[in-house]
This record gives sequence, structure tokens and C-alpha cells, in this order.
Amino acid sequence: MHPVFVSVVSAEPDRVWVLLAALFFLFGSVYSAYALATGKALPRWVNLCALGAGFVLQTGFLYVRGHAIGRCPITNPFEVIVFMSWSIALIYLVVGSSYRLSLLGGFTAPVVAVMSLVALFLPASPPALPQAVNPWLEAHASFSMIACGAFALACVAGAMYLFQERQLKTRQPTSIFFRLPPINALTVANTRLLWLGFAFLSLGLAAGFCVGQATDAWKVGWSIAVWLLYGGILLARSQRRVAAKWVARLSILAFSLLLSTFWGIRFISETRPL
Amino acid sequence: MNIFCLGLSHQTAHVSVRERFAVPDAVLAEALQRLRTVPGVAEAVILSTCNRTEFYLAGYPERPTPETVLAGLQRQLVQGDREHFFQLAAAETARHLFRVTAGLESMVVGETEIFGQVKRAYHAAARLGVTGKYLNRLFQKSFQVGKDVRANTGIAKGSVSVGSVAVDLAMQIFGSLQGCNVMLLGAGETSERTARAFQARGARQLFVSNRSFARAESLAGLVGGRAVRFDRWEEEFVGVDILVSSTSAPHFLLTAAKLEPVMRRRRQRPVFIIDLAMPRDIDPAVHELDGVYLYDLDSLEVMAAKGLEARRREAELGEQLVLRHVREFGAWLEQASSGLPALGPGVRFEYPRPW
Repeated sequence: MHPVFVSVVSAEPDRVWVLLAALFFLFGSVYSAYALATGKALPRWVNLCALGAGFVLQTGFLYVRGHAIGRCPITNPFEVIVFMSWSIALIYLVVGSSYRLSLLGGFTAPVVAVMSLVALFLPASPPALPQAVNPWLEAHASFSMIACGAFALACVAGAMYLFQERQLKTRQPTSIFFRLPPINALTVANTRLLWLGFAFLSLGLAAGFCVGQATDAWKVGWSIAVWLLYGGILLARSQRRVAAKWVARLSILAFSLLLSTFWGIRFISETRPL
Repeated sequence: MNIFCLGLSHQTAHVSVRERFAVPDAVLAEALQRLRTVPGVAEAVILSTCNRTEFYLAGYPERPTPETVLAGLQRQLVQGDREHFFQLAAAETARHLFRVTAGLESMVVGETEIFGQVKRAYHAAARLGVTGKYLNRLFQKSFQVGKDVRANTGIAKGSVSVGSVAVDLAMQIFGSLQGCNVMLLGAGETSERTARAFQARGARQLFVSNRSFARAESLAGLVGGRAVRFDRWEEEFVGVDILVSSTSAPHFLLTAAKLEPVMRRRRQRPVFIIDLAMPRDIDPAVHELDGVYLYDLDSLEVMAAKGLEARRREAELGEQLVLRHVREFGAWLEQASSGLPALGPGVRFEYPRPW
């Protein structure tokens, strides 16, 4: 075992939940990669079960940690990443499987596995001490995280769409092309996930305005910019002004911007509050 | 007791010969009963398809020949027919039937229709009571082999014809074809074949447009579609998801400049265009437009050839599985009836004259 990891787990024993979840997600990733590479018609429920088991374990962690701190466990980077990967798994299990896009699960598993592993290697940061809970703040944070999960899945669906589209345009599709979902299904999934994420983000923002505490202008400005960005993509899509390919590209670009600026804005807001 | 197979197939005889020896369903029962009267025949199954007519027989002590079998069926061999017939015995018969059932003997390697045809042939004979211990075992084993080869090799995977490649691509674009409208430009044989392939997968509506409206109406009637006058096909095209073009027009019927506004009217819904014409009907530049996927005859043929090549590679694995099953059957046959030849290693079938 990696020494950093061992020291962190001994400092925070509840991380074992996350470790076990990561192992299930890793198993799902390897299983899906094997099915995709060999073209064997392996049972799809195995990956679904692996994602489900990982999700249950992460829920266990969030419950234990939330119980300990008396609030939604998104108080430090470790908890934020775990909550985000939990949101992605949740959105997949609730939304992804209903589109029967089992391979979206195959692509989701590595994303949540990597996120869980990255979280595990973050330095130990003791849970925040219990304090008075503001339900609006809790709603704001959790809705925003679930929105991130939906946007992450929209990004995955967008990447799969671009891969499929590229294969069609080169006129030399590989065998993997025929094992991935049809591009029309990916377009529908991408758009619906964007709408879902946008709905949660809107709820999160609305809840944020109800918190009743002074909020840093950087964070407010950034949140509104993200909301406008996704809103703009959806508006263009709903009016059919852009082709599905551009929506897929923008889903990836928007999520990359969201991820890359999230920590920066946190840092700026803490060091140079407006 | 021994088992035999004799007959002719696409590998040994031209269709003009095969059709004279075909045994239609209407006379199958009578033919099976007649076979039982042939000296040396105790059990019989007749497999008659468009690619083969084969008689699977079990009996003792005489060995049936094409002459005795056909005489029993009251059919005559004319000069030159004899050389198209092959004759196999014991384990060679088993290997042949297993290869047939697995699709290894088919014209399109790995096709699945033959499995059902063998099943029907066997059940027809079994119902009449003209099969027994030996042929029952042989055919039951052949079904096991057919399933084994298809499940454990990629012999039936991939598309091997232009039509099936086009349909597979359409499925990967639209998912299901049930909500798709298909338009045929040109009403030739290729269009008809492709239309039928799309129809078989549940395409919602077929439009047929041709310079000769009468011909368009005729094909539309055949495939259950709607004929569209050639000067109006562009208006209907807005609602079409798949366009199959195979006219003999000397110039492009559809260009990027023409298609761009149509795509806007289609609200960016994707369109799959299959250009089977020579010279081509569709400007290759349309492929650069977002949501437009243009495949011409060359690109479809390359994909079909790749599919066929992949199946051939998988067929090697299938041959090994077949040999394993033949050895098992050979062991059973030797036990069940002493004095029969076992399968030698690397046994090969020599057809009299591959056609």
C-alpha cells in the first residue's frame, strides 16, 4: 500500500468505504473495457451491479461522514470529489440505464473510479466540526454537486458522440463503432443530461440566493457564468441552431471549464474576497 | 450399419444442374418414403435448399450411390450429371453436415438461414418416421455444433453485403429504423434489394422516385412504398432520414449547396445518404456537412469485404470446433456400429469437381 494512502486511511477510517467503492468502480471499468475490446457479448448487468455496489458504498461513506459532522459532507476537497463521483454514479443509475445505454456505464465507471482514487490520495483533512446547519446552504451545495454529476455524464455522452461521429465521417468504422450506442441515442442522452444538470444547477443557485449570508462575489459571478453557459447551449440546441456535434463539443468544453475553474475560484474567493 | 451423404451443392454444380435435382416441399414426404425402398437405406433425411440438395442416409449392407438413390426417386441422371455428385461416408458425412449446419459450407460464410433449413429437413423426416438411431444422433449433434460454432466464434458477426452494411450503418446512426423514412432515387434492382433490407428492419415509410413514374409506381407497389414524381423528390426529401440513390444521371443530383438549406429545414436531424450510382449521384462534398453521412458504393464494398475477411478468419476456429465434434461423433459411431472407419487426423473432403 502507498504510504500516503495508509497514513490517510489510518487518520480517517471511514475512507475504507471510498476505497471499496473505488475497487468496484475499477472492476466495472476493466470489465467494460474487456467487453469492448474483445467484442464478447458479456452480461451487461455485471457492470451495472459494480456501479451500484460502488454507489451504495459511497452512500455509506457520505452517511457516516455526514452523521459525524452533522451536515452534507462537502466541507473539504476529499469530500467534494467523493460527493461529485457519487452524484455521477447516481445520475447514471437513475438516468443512464433508463436509456439502455449500457456502455455509457462502461465509460462512467472509469470516471468515477479515477475520481474516487484521486480523492483517496488527497492528504488527510479532518472532517469539519459540527455546527449549526443552514438548510438552504445544504440544498445549494448538494443540488450544485448533483448538477455537476449530470454535466459530467453529459460530457461522457458528448465524448462518445464525437467518437462515433468521427468513425462515420472517416468511412472506416472499427468494430468498436458497432458496439457503442447509436449517435442519435447519444444525442438524446447528451441533451437530456444537460437539461437535468441545468435544472439542478438552477435549483442550487436559487437555494444559494436564499442562504441569507454574505457571499463572495467571485463565487456568485462564476456560478451565474456557468448557469449562462449551459443555458446558452440548451437554448441553441432547443432552437436547433447548432448541430448535435457542436452540442457534444460544448458539453465537453463547458464541463472542462467548470472543473478547471472550480478550484481556482475557490482559491481566489478565499484569498482575495470581494 | 453405416451413414452416408450424397448430393450436390453450389460448390459442385451450377444452379442449372442443382435446380433439376431439387426436392420441393410438396413432394418431400413422398421422396423420403421412396428413399426407404432403396437397397441399403434404413434411415433418410433430404436437405434441399437453393444451394444444395443432399441425401443423408443410414443403412446396411449395400452402399447407396447417386444412381440407386435417384432411381429410387424416379429421377434420371443425364450425361455429365454424375460428376457433380459427391459421396461421403461415416465420419466424413458427420463433418460435412456439421460444417453445413455451422454455415461453414455456405456461399456467404456464417449465414444463419441454413441452420433453420437443416432443422426443418430433419423434423420433416423425423415426423414421417424415416429417421432412426443413427440419423437422430447425427442431426442432434449437428445442431449442437451449429450453436457451438456460432456462439464461440465470430463467424456470424459483421456485415458481408452492401445492403447489410448500409442497414447496419443506419442502425448505428438512428438506433431503430422504425421511425425512419427512406427514399429511393432510381428504381433498379439494387434499389429494390436495399429497400427490402431497410423494410425488413422496420423502416416507417418508403418513397420511390424515378424518371419513369410508372417504374417508380411499380417498385413502390412491390415494396409497399409511395411513388414520388422525379421533379418533386427534393420537396419530400426534407422529411427523409435515409436516401438511397442509384439513378443513371450524368451529373450530381444533390450538392452541398442544395443540401445545406434542407438541413436547416430539417432542424439539424441527421441524414444518411447511400450513393450506389455509377457515375455518382451525390456530390462527395455533402459528407462535410454536419449531420450528413454519405457512403458510396466503394466505401460500402470495402466494409463488406472486411466483414467477409473477418468471417473467414473466424471460420478457421469454426473448423477446429467441428473436428472436435466429429471425433466425438466418430467415437460414438464406432461404438454403436463396429467396423466403421474412424476419422483420420487432417481428413479432407475431395469434391469431384468444384464448380
